[in-house]
This record gives sequence, C-alpha cells and structure tokens, in this order.
Amino acid sequence: MSVSVTPAAVPVRAAKGLVLTIGCLLVILPFLAVVSTSLADQQQVTAAGGYVLWPDNPSLEAYRALFSGGVVTRAVFVSVAITLVGTTLSLACTTLLAYGLSRPGSYGSKPILLLVLFSLLFAPGIIPMYLTVKQLGLLNSYWSLILPMLINAFNVIVMRAFFLDLPQELLDSAKIDGAGEIAILTRIVLPLSKAIMAVIGLFYAVGYWNSFFSALLYITENEKYPLSLVLRTFVVNNATIGTGDSGTALPQQSLQMAMLVVSILPILFVYPFLQKHFAKGIMIGAVKG
Amino acid sequence: MPRTGRRRLRRDWLLVACALPGLGALLVFHYIPLLGHVIAFKDYQPYVGIADSPWVGLDNFQVIFTGDPAFLNALTNTLVISLLQLFFVFPLPIAVALMLNSLTSERFKRLVQSVLYLPHFMSWVIVVAIFQHMLGNAGLLNSFLQHHDLGSFNLIGNPAMFKELIVAQVIWKDTGWGTILFLAAISRIDLALYEAAAVDGASRLRQLWHVTLPGIRSVIILLAILRLGDVLNVGFEQIILQQQAVGPDASEVLDTYVFNNAVGAGVWGASAAAGLVKGIIGVVLVLAANKVAHLFGERGVYQK
Repeated sequence: MSVSVTPAAVPVRAAKGLVLTIGCLLVILPFLAVVSTSLADQQQVTAAGGYVLWPDNPSLEAYRALFSGGVVTRAVFVSVAITLVGTTLSLACTTLLAYGLSRPGSYGSKPILLLVLFSLLFAPGIIPMYLTVKQLGLLNSYWSLILPMLINAFNVIVMRAFFLDLPQELLDSAKIDGAGEIAILTRIVLPLSKAIMAVIGLFYAVGYWNSFFSALLYITENEKYPLSLVLRTFVVNNATIGTGDSGTALPQQSLQMAMLVVSILPILFVYPFLQKHFAKGIMIGAVKG
Repeated sequence: MPRTGRRRLRRDWLLVACALPGLGALLVFHYIPLLGHVIAFKDYQPYVGIADSPWVGLDNFQVIFTGDPAFLNALTNTLVISLLQLFFVFPLPIAVALMLNSLTSERFKRLVQSVLYLPHFMSWVIVVAIFQHMLGNAGLLNSFLQHHDLGSFNLIGNPAMFKELIVAQVIWKDTGWGTILFLAAISRIDLALYEAAAVDGASRLRQLWHVTLPGIRSVIILLAILRLGDVLNVGFEQIILQQQAVGPDASEVLDTYVFNNAVGAGVWGASAAAGLVKGIIGVVLVLAANKVAHLFGERGVYQK
C-alpha cells in the first residue's frame, strides 16, 4: 500500500501505536509477573504483598520443590507421555487418512470425505462422549485422554489440501515407474510435506498438552491427574501445595507461579516454530476447505 | 457396476487401508456417540445400559422445558454471554486487523502479531489461573492498589461481574488469533483498487470504507455465520473452572448444566435432552444463517 504521511495523519498513527502497545503490554505483563514471582524469594514476595514484577534474588527453589518427586512431578510425567504418544498416533492417522483422501478417484474417498466434513457440523456432546468412553472401559485409563482426540477433522482437511497442492505429475510419474502407493507416500509425499507435518504435529501436541476437558471427564483418580488437573487443584482452586520434605516453607505464590510456568514453558518453546508456519497452514485450510 | 467397484477396491485397497485407522477413530468417537443421543428419549439407568433402559418418549424434554428452572437459567445465561460476545468479542479482531494492516513499520507489525497470538495457545486452565492471580482479591492488581491506598478491585469471584469476566478472558485469549483470517483476506485485496481510489481523491479513511471493508465482507459474513452456529457454545472449560467461586445462578450455562446434572447429579435423561436440543439448535442456526447469506448473494459456508 502506498505510504504518504501527511501531518494530519500523525496523531492517528500515534494513537494506533499506543493502542497496540497497550494491547501487547496486557499480554506480556501477566506473563512477566508469573515468571518473576516464581523466581522470587520469600522475603520479596511477602514485602511486595504477594507478587513481584522483577525478582531481586532469582532462585529456582520453587522449581526444585515441585520436581522433588511429588504430585507435580508425576503430573508432568503423565502430560509429557500423553503428548508424545498422542501426537505420534494422531499425526500418523491424520496423514494416512488425508493421503488416502487425496489420491484422485480412490475407492470410497467421496463418502469418507463427507463423513470427515460432516463431523465438523455436529459435535457429539458431553454425555454421549462420556457414555462411549465409559462403555469402552476407558474411564481412568490414559487412553481416554488420547483416543477421543485422535483425529481432528479440520487437520485432516488442511493436510489433504496440502497433498492435493503437491505437483501431481511427480506422483503420476512415480506411479508409471512402478512405485506403489506406500512408496509414493514415503519417498515423495512425506519428504515434500515436512512443513505441514510440523504444523499439524504441533497443533496436536499443543492440544494434548493443554487438554483439560477429557481429563476432567474421564479421570477421577487423583494419582492419574495430568498437569492441567493438578493446575486446577492447586492454582485455580488454591489448595495448599505440600512442600514435601524440603522443610523450608516456600511462599505459596512462588510455587503456584512456578507450576504455571511449567505448564506454559513447552508452548513457549515451540511457539516461534509454530508461528512461522501456522498462518500458511490455516490459509490452505481456509481457501481449499 | 459391482464388478468395476470390486476391481477398483482391489486396485485401491492399500489407500483404503491407509484411511481405516483415522476413519475408525472418527466413527467410534464421533459417529457412535451421536447415537448415544437416544438416551434423551429414555430413562437411562447406568447399571441397565443404554439398550435396556425404558423408552419414555418426550418426557425428558418436557422436564427441562417446564419443570426445571435451572435449565431455563442456564439457557438465559448462555444467551446473554453469547450476545455479549457477539457485540464485544466479534468486532475486535476486525478492528485490530485493520489497525495492523495500516501500520507502516513491518517490524512493529510482526512484533505485535507475535505477542497477541500467544495467549491462544494457552489452555483455559492457564488463562483462568493467570486472571485469578492478576485480578483476584489477593492478586497483583489488588495488592498494588491496596499498597498505594487506591481502594480495591475484585473481578474474580464476583457473581455480578461474572459475565464481564468471561468476555474479558475471551478477548484476552483470542483477539490476536482472530485477526489472522481478516489479515489474510485484506492481503488478497487488489492493490489497484487502492490506487484507483487514491486517484479519485479518496482519503485513507475513505479507502478503508470503500475498498478494505467491502473486500473482507465475505470473510466477515462467513465468520459471523460460524459464530451464530456457536451461539449456544460458550466455553465449557472456561466456565466450569470458575463456577465454584460464583455459584450456579450467575454461571450455569447449557454445557455446565448438562455436565453437572448428568455426571455430577446422575440425572442422565434430562441432561441428554438438553444436550440434544443445544446441538440441534446449533445446526439449524448455521443452516439458516447460511441461507440468509445466500439471499444476500454471499458464498456462506458452503455453496448451494
């Protein structure tokens, strides 16, 4: 767009900059306070009345307490395992389904595609889902945190659109050269699809890592709680966290904020990577879907 | 026909096999649960099972619509929150996208986008926890205000402010994310249109009004339609996490009503009926809104 700055436009530009800067601060400040408080020591937290925006003597004491083998340690382990297993399975199933649907004129692809699309329109609802999981005997099983979320129809559609966008002549010539469908998938399609695999994989991973709804519904035994439920118990509902055998009583705020940081950190790690790709991924889905 | 079908199956059996695991998951965890809605017409007893529970016709629907003030309360709360979101949450990403688009510094634009997108990737547990610890009674803002004798401000755990709180959280979490589609739509507008408008003497504001907004009209309509289908979905996770603090009068919505009433209190049939009513209304609204979009010459979610 052409840019011509007339004097009259200056206040408008300043106002825009200000509004957007305030918006950013509203996002950044809470995160800063959370991280700082988790690193602050007892004295500073007490003196500041509960929360600090900048720690004077940063210490990892709160994190040490959390990872000394208590509830939180176990929950982190559960969440990491669910995320790894779930993401792997989801990505594999999504890729295979999307690939099967992307090959022109393949048997049954039309009705299957309709099934995928229609599932976006009408969600099953809480009770039927709960009863299905119960009937399958999955209550309180870690599989209840994975299987119901295994396939996301939107991701299937996005990935199929990506596969359809690949140069089809390449696939056809491979076929003429005698490559089977599996060889085409593993030798040609997958190497060309690293970007979309990364995006969809990260979407699934974030979903599993953050999942709360299924844990709340299907997991009732405290010792099987993933991180999201532990977070609810100790940070949202403010139950007191036992500090274990460390003896030194840490300020509850520091422990709670440390727990929040532990839940946020993995997302912050993958975020730059995610951000690079997601806009493109979503666009494909929006345009072609 | 059957012979070519069989031949095609023999040719494509590997592709079909590829689709099976995903398709299976979809059937078991999407389509079979849809059948579970039949318990809305039954007096479901967990120990008897779905098949053997007695049919009761429309009794469950009668119960929720005539005999259960809690359901009507949940319905009202849902609609109020939804309307608030339609007016305060829906337009914001459009405004922010327009602002972002008009920025001259590409660097600043990137920075703002990165920051504003971030909360979308946080779960509701994290968002609710952050809000509590920033705006709650013993939170950052309150301790700051009290420290400087500036009074107090408690947004959390206040039934009168619950709906505002919900809306504020949605805005914080998803405004940035919501801009993506509008920015994409804006970027697809033909630049020649702006040049032509400028030649005709249109100011930046007139260009916004006559070129940009019409250019993203169809996306706005599309998202409005999808939003309409979600009118009865107002964030189960978000609300159930905060229900304890304010009580059901202010906070019960349809999803939490269904959950609390069934899994909590064991009233399965009526809860399932409520869930079914909610689902059907959602689908009907999307189809109707889409029809209206067609009447106005827009594409809508799908074509005719």
